[in-house]
Formats: sequence, structure tokens, C-alpha cells
Amino acid sequence: MSATGVALEHGHDHDHAHGAHGHHELSFVKKYVFSTDHKMIGMQFLFTTLLMMMVGGALALGVRWQVAFPWTSMPLFGPLFAESGGQISPEFYTMLFTMHATVMIFLVIIPVLAGAFGNFLIPLMIGADDMAFPVLNMLSYWFMIPAIACFGLSFYFGGAAAGWTAYPLLADIRAAAPSSGSAQTFWLLGVTFVGVSSMMGSVNYMTTIINMRAPGMTLFRMPLTIWAMLITAILQAFALPVLTAAGFMQVFDRLDFGGPLEGIHTVFFIPAGLVVNNADPTVGGGQPLLWQHLFWFYSHPAVYIMLLPAMGMVSDMLACMCRKPVFGYKPMVFSMSAIAGLGFIVWGHHMFISGMNPALGMTFMLSTIMIALPSAVKVFNWIGTIWGGRLQFNTVTLYCAAFISMFIVGGLSGIFMAAVPVDIYFHDTYMIVAHFHYVVFGTTLFGVFAGIQFWYPKMFGRKMNETLGKWHFFLSFIGFNGAFFPMHMLGIAGFPRRYADPYIHPYLEHLMPLNQFITVSAIIMGFGQFLLLYNFGTSWFLGEKAGRNPWGANGLEWSAPSPPGHGNFDVPPVCYRGPYEYSNPNNPDQDFWMQTDPPKSKKKPEGDAGHGH
Amino acid sequence: MRKFWCGFFIFWPIAAVVYSAVSPQFNWWFPGPSVTELGQRIDNLFYLILIIVTAVFIGTQVALGYVLWRASHSKAERAWFTHGSHNLEVIWSVVPSVILLFLALYQMDVWALFRVQSFFPKEALNAPVAEVTARQFEWRIRYPGLDEHGVPKKLHLKPQPDDLYTVNDLHVPIGRPVMINLRSDDVQHSFFLPHLRIKQDAVPGQIIPIWFKPERQGNFDLACAELCGWGHYKMRAQLIVEREVEFQAYLQKLRADQNYDGHATPSAVAKKDE
Ligand code: HEM
Ligand SMILES: [Cu+2]
Ligand SMILES: [Cu+2]
Repeated sequence: MSATGVALEHGHDHDHAHGAHGHHELSFVKKYVFSTDHKMIGMQFLFTTLLMMMVGGALALGVRWQVAFPWTSMPLFGPLFAESGGQISPEFYTMLFTMHATVMIFLVIIPVLAGAFGNFLIPLMIGADDMAFPVLNMLSYWFMIPAIACFGLSFYFGGAAAGWTAYPLLADIRAAAPSSGSAQTFWLLGVTFVGVSSMMGSVNYMTTIINMRAPGMTLFRMPLTIWAMLITAILQAFALPVLTAAGFMQVFDRLDFGGPLEGIHTVFFIPAGLVVNNADPTVGGGQPLLWQHLFWFYSHPAVYIMLLPAMGMVSDMLACMCRKPVFGYKPMVFSMSAIAGLGFIVWGHHMFISGMNPALGMTFMLSTIMIALPSAVKVFNWIGTIWGGRLQFNTVTLYCAAFISMFIVGGLSGIFMAAVPVDIYFHDTYMIVAHFHYVVFGTTLFGVFAGIQFWYPKMFGRKMNETLGKWHFFLSFIGFNGAFFPMHMLGIAGFPRRYADPYIHPYLEHLMPLNQFITVSAIIMGFGQFLLLYNFGTSWFLGEKAGRNPWGANGLEWSAPSPPGHGNFDVPPVCYRGPYEYSNPNNPDQDFWMQTDPPKSKKKPEGDAGHGH
Repeated sequence: MRKFWCGFFIFWPIAAVVYSAVSPQFNWWFPGPSVTELGQRIDNLFYLILIIVTAVFIGTQVALGYVLWRASHSKAERAWFTHGSHNLEVIWSVVPSVILLFLALYQMDVWALFRVQSFFPKEALNAPVAEVTARQFEWRIRYPGLDEHGVPKKLHLKPQPDDLYTVNDLHVPIGRPVMINLRSDDVQHSFFLPHLRIKQDAVPGQIIPIWFKPERQGNFDLACAELCGWGHYKMRAQLIVEREVEFQAYLQKLRADQNYDGHATPSAVAKKDE
């Protein structure tokens, strides 16, 4: 601890870091805009994704309004649809849920984990001064901007409206949907740009984690966050090219310039002889199911891309909050690897009733049900981590506990849908909607909220407000469960997803009050997010000052100044032990033992500010 | 505050269980018992999974609540220093995997019956009752024409001149296995009969057979479950399960209506009144 005490905090880090690396003062643009510093890029990702989360949330409330109060004018947003008397039209509704999912998946969940936390944490946690390819890293952020622009253009042209899954033929044939002209093409380009961004990140993360670890940081001394980021990066690298290729295939199918370019108009996904919306019959001999295979070959691994990093981060945070080593570190690593491996052979569970060969249904069921196993092992290990710990209920703990609790629900509901015969009934109902919101929102996003609260001091040198954090937790949790738990019941009642007005079907009429309850809960949850933004913004100036290691944590990142200067570490870190030596009896001075602390150091920590329990 | 938060994490799973338990009373549950036996077997599989899942849910949430309680009330100077337990890892990997494997294998035969053609009842497979073609945004139904005795002919893949057509109104006889051929004219749709627990996507370029054996008379909803455009929600239709004689009469009425040339003959009028 001696090397990392608060005494070094002031003044030193700046010139030290710069001096050590021979850098000069950077211009504003280089420092804050086209920055190649992984921390700045991480924060750029974080700001962008938080902003996009609010956009996606507004879209979701539009969807929810229509399902609960169909064809009534929406408060606040109603004036936007003045021409239709404030009503959401069915075309617009279709666009709303498509763009909601698109924004949330491609612009929030994926980039917040890999982009924001991956960037910020990887070099700090492995003791590197930056990513392996800083310029590539910068580009990976800046490729998000054309992606956002393409989605914006998609909005402008009426909004893609074929679902985030973009199944042909609805997405493929221009005549099939009013807005499926340029809107869908720009949507595809947007997804492609996100893919380019992710791929740049992925290459960078793999190289950095494999090559740039500090001395002593062996693979099995890496924090689980880093393991998760590495596995995620590998998933990206293998799965993404398939989506990118499929996206271009769909773009080529859609190209219809006329003239000499007409020859490009391919028919990968278009069978012959269809008459869509009275257009000319199609020619060709394509296969619409091909898209579904290609899409899910990426998008199933992608759901783990949307989860694994959060799992890793929560493991780290839980260990710190419980002052106890992670229970079963290696089983955690192996189960994450198993999830990733199995994740490549389960994509067909999205296609059980799509018309693919029914024999495949059986094999995909087997692999899918078995993927619940590593998930279960992880849950048991988290519970084991808390077991016998010394816990404080701060905001981080609350979110981590909720993460486990919500993941149990999402994992268990997956089993119903993995069972093919039962999925016949549940496919494309609200059961699915409940399932993936429990895993993506209840689990991943809660993990992200915890992560923001936990690493905020490292990002900005100040802590976030605990009271506001707890209120945010409370509103998010109550709103979330009020909104999504009843959706299981909607699913059991056979309530199909993506319906603009379900109540024209007699068997759904009585479900309107339940949907209104859901919408009210969703509104509570949605507005609760302003608390997070407020807390995030004000703590920057008002938050309690944090030293290097406010939580008494072990990771390498906590030995760097808060916030770390350019080049991260004032003292080049050396790693002496695993990341979870909390309450180790061999270290009687304190209940944590930083990875950077040299062995047998009997020195008392010198004014380790903020570490209290 | 510790008590409050521990209570919080115990309270919500209890609320969830209670809420689920009362849901059937509030009609937030299946739309009635299944109309087919196969559907009932699907329901039984659902309940089997529900029991297992509920047990696991309660077990893990209680464990979570308990460790949270213990950890937050810990009076120990230090947390328990342990990196885990090999035996526990083995137990909690093997036990769930046995349960999961059992669950997976236990599902197979219902799926085979539902979807694998060699398991279809022969009488249904050989004589499809109707062809259902989905298009934006309706269900077109084609029955084979009737022979001189009023008995339905064989359904050909290609439309025949004497075929009978309706829209959004599928009649089938009760008590025997019937099969329909599902196709699509434009984009994907999905043939969803919630009361029969049946769902199957209609895929352009494919003809997909679906069989079921309705055991209860009545009108049941037919909905579309695969996004097919802005009017997806309004592909509302009905399945009418009726006695064999009513079904035959319905087909004959269809034929009479279809052959009606504007000059009512007494027999046609009589048929209409049936
Ligand atoms: C315990 C492990 C899990 C199992 C057994 C499982 C199973 C399934 C199955 C069978 C489906 C398809 C259902 C259908 O459309 O009929 C599905 C959908 C989905 N799952 Fe999971 N799942 C699991 C965990 C996860 C996790 C961890 C995530 C994300 C972090 C996730 C995200 C999704 C999403 C986003 C969909 C819906 C995609 C869509 O149709 O729009 N699942 N899951
Ligand atoms: Cu999946
Ligand atoms: Cu539809």
C-alpha cells in the first residue's frame, strides 16, 4: 500500500505520467474529442449510451402507451402526432418497437458493456497504459456516429419497421411495408457500422488482454471482468462476420436502382412467385429461412455479448462489497467459457416453429437446455460469494443483489422456451418479452448501474451520491418488476408480441387492465432514470472526493490515481496475487490485499482515504 | 436499513409467487383448457417445468435472502476466507444437469407428434381438410371441391376449378384428426391457435402441414404470431369446430354460394337455410 497512498494523489500524477511517457500537453480536440486515450473513449461510449438509453426508453414508453391505451392521445408526446389526432398509427407503432429494440440493443447494451466498461477497465485492470491499438480504439467509437446517423436517417425515411430481427421477406421486399424503402436499407447500414465498431473493439481487447498484462498478471490472476471481456471479444470476433455478411446480402436483395445497376438486385432470401402487396411477382429461388439462421448465428452469441461482461463486473463488485473472495473463481471462468462455447450451437432455439427441419428442433432444444447449466453454476457461486461475507447495503450491493435475483428469473423462464413443445405456445408471445427483459434489463442493465456507481470514483475522482443512488435503485427495481413480471402472465394467456391493438381479438380483451398496470410501472421506471442522470451529472461537482481506493478493493485499477492521468499508472504496477484476496488471514493489517502490494509488506496503509467499513 | 433491504429481497419473490398463484383466478392464465389432447400434453409439460422452476426459484431466492441477511448482520471481525468448495461445485453442476437432461429428453415425443410427419395420424396425413394461405393481412382458406355424393375430394396442391374458398373462417370437424396445409403468399406469418396451443410459421415457398384433433365444439381465435407488417395485429380469424354433419353442410353451403349465379333455384335457397 505504501506506493499507492493518498500522498501521491496530488500534483504528482500529472507530470509523473507525462514525464514518464514523454508526452506533451494535448490540444482540446485531441484530449476530449478525437482522443486515443482508452479512458476518454470509454467515457465517450458511456455518455453516448446513457443518452441513447433515454431515447430508447422514450420509444418504449410510446410502445407501452399504445398497448395499454390504444388509439388515445399520448401525454407529452401526443403533439408529435398531431396529424393523426395524437394517435399512434399502426405503421408508427411497428416502427416504434423496431427502433426501440434497435436503439437498446445496438446503441445501449452492446456498446455500454464492451465500449464503455471494456475500454475504461481493460487497461486499468491488467496494468497497461493504454489499449494495444489506440487509434483503432478511437475509430471504434467514431464508427458509432455513422451508425447513429444511419438509424437517424432510418427514422427520417419513416423508420425501419420489420422488427429488430429484420426477417425477410418483410424486411427484404420493398412493397411489403410502407416504410421498408430506404428506412430498412439505412437500418442495415447502421447495424453494419455498429458491427465495424464492435469488431475494432474486439480485436483490440483480445490483443490487449493477451499481450499487455502487467508483470505477474497471469491468466488466472485476471479479474473475472477481464475474463468476461476476453470471452466476449472472442464471441464478437467469430459471430459478427456472419451478421455483417447477412446484412450485406439483405442490402443487395433490396438494391433496386433500376438502369444498369438492376443486375445487382439479388434474391438470397426471396423465393419465386410471391405477389407482395400487388407488386410484380418475384423471381428467383432464395430461402427466407437462411436469414434467420445467419441472423441468430450472430444474435444468440450476441445475447451473451450483452451479458458476460456484466457478469464479470458483478463478480468483482460482489467480492469487494462482501470483503470475501469470489466463490469458485475457476468454475466461474469455466462456466463463462462454456456459455460462450455452447452459445454457438443454440441459435436454432429462436426458430423452433419457423419451418426449419423439425429434427433440428430436438438438437437445439438439448443444447439450449444445457446452456442453463453454466448459468446456474454462476448463480450458485454468486450466492456462495455472499455467504459468510461482511456486507454493507450500499447502492452497488443493492444492484448486484438485484442482478442475481433478476437473472434467476430470466434464466428460469428460458427453460420454458427452450422446451420445444412448450415453446410452440410461447414463441412470439409476451413470455419472450418478459424473458429477455429480465436478462437484458434486470440483469445486464442493473449490473451496469452497479458498475457506474462502483467505478465512478475512478472515472471522475468523486463518489456518486448514495441516497440518490438508492432511490434510483428502488424506483428502477419496483418499476421494472411491476412492468415485466406480469408479462409472464400475458405470455401464458397467449398475448402475442408486436400487436398494435391486441384487443380486437376476443381472447385478449380482458387483459387490458393488466397492460395498463404494466405501462404505469414502466413510466415509473422510465422517469426514475432521470435520477441516475442527475446523480451522474451533479456528483461530478458535488460528490464526495474519493482517493485512489475508496472501496478498499484489490484490482490494479485502484492503485492508479483517481482519475488516472494519461498513461494510467504513476508507478508501473506489478501483480503479486489473485484479484480476490479479501480477508486473507495472511494479511492481518487490512481485509483487502491489493494485487500490487508486494508480499510480506507489514506496513500499515498510509491514510487510505475513503476505505471505511 | 439493513433490515429493510433484507426484507426487500425476501419480499419480492414472495410477492411474485403469490401473484403467480392467484393469476389463474384473475384469468391471467391460459385461455381455457386445451381443445386438443396434444395441447393438454403441452400444458402438462408446462406445469412440470413450472413446478421444477418454482422450486428452484424459491430455493435460490431464499438462499440469496439468507446469505444477504447473514452477511449484513455479520459480527465477525473478518469475512470467511474461502475460495470455494470443489465438492459443492460438483454437486451443483451434476444435479442440475441431470434434471435438465431429463427435461430435454422428456419433451421429445410431444414435439415429434406435433411436427414430424412420420408421427402424424395416417388418416389426417392422407386427406388434408383445407389449405390455409396467409397474406397481408388475412387468412385465405381453400377446401377441396365435393364429389357427386357431397363428399370432399382430395385436396390438390394446385388450385382446382371446383375448390371452395373462404376468408378468415376455418371450419373443421370435431373428434377426428384433421390436417391443413399452411402456406404464405407474401411474407412470413404465423398460424396461432391459442386455445389449441398450436403455432406454426407460414413461410413463402414452403407448404407446411399441421394436424390437430379438436375435442370441443366452439369458436376459437386464430391469430397471426409472426410480424408481417403494419396490419399484423388485425389478422383476426376464427376456427370453428363443429360436428361432422354441420361441417359437411357448411361445405355444401359454400359450394352453393360459390355456384350461385344470381338466379336462385329452390334447392339452393333450401341449402342456404340449413
Ligand atoms: C438460461 C439460459 C437461457 C435460455 C435457456 C434461453 C432460452 C431462450 C429461448 C429458447 C429463446 C427463444 C424463444 C422464442 O423466441 O420462442 C430466447 C429468446 C431470447 N433470449 Fe434467452 N435464454 C437464456 C438466457 C438468455 C440470456 C442470458 C439473454 C441475454 C442476455 C437472453 C436473451 C434473449 C433474447 C434477447 C431473446 C429474444 C429475441 C427475440 O426474439 O427478439 N437469453 N431465449
Ligand atoms: Cu438465443
Ligand atoms: Cu402477422
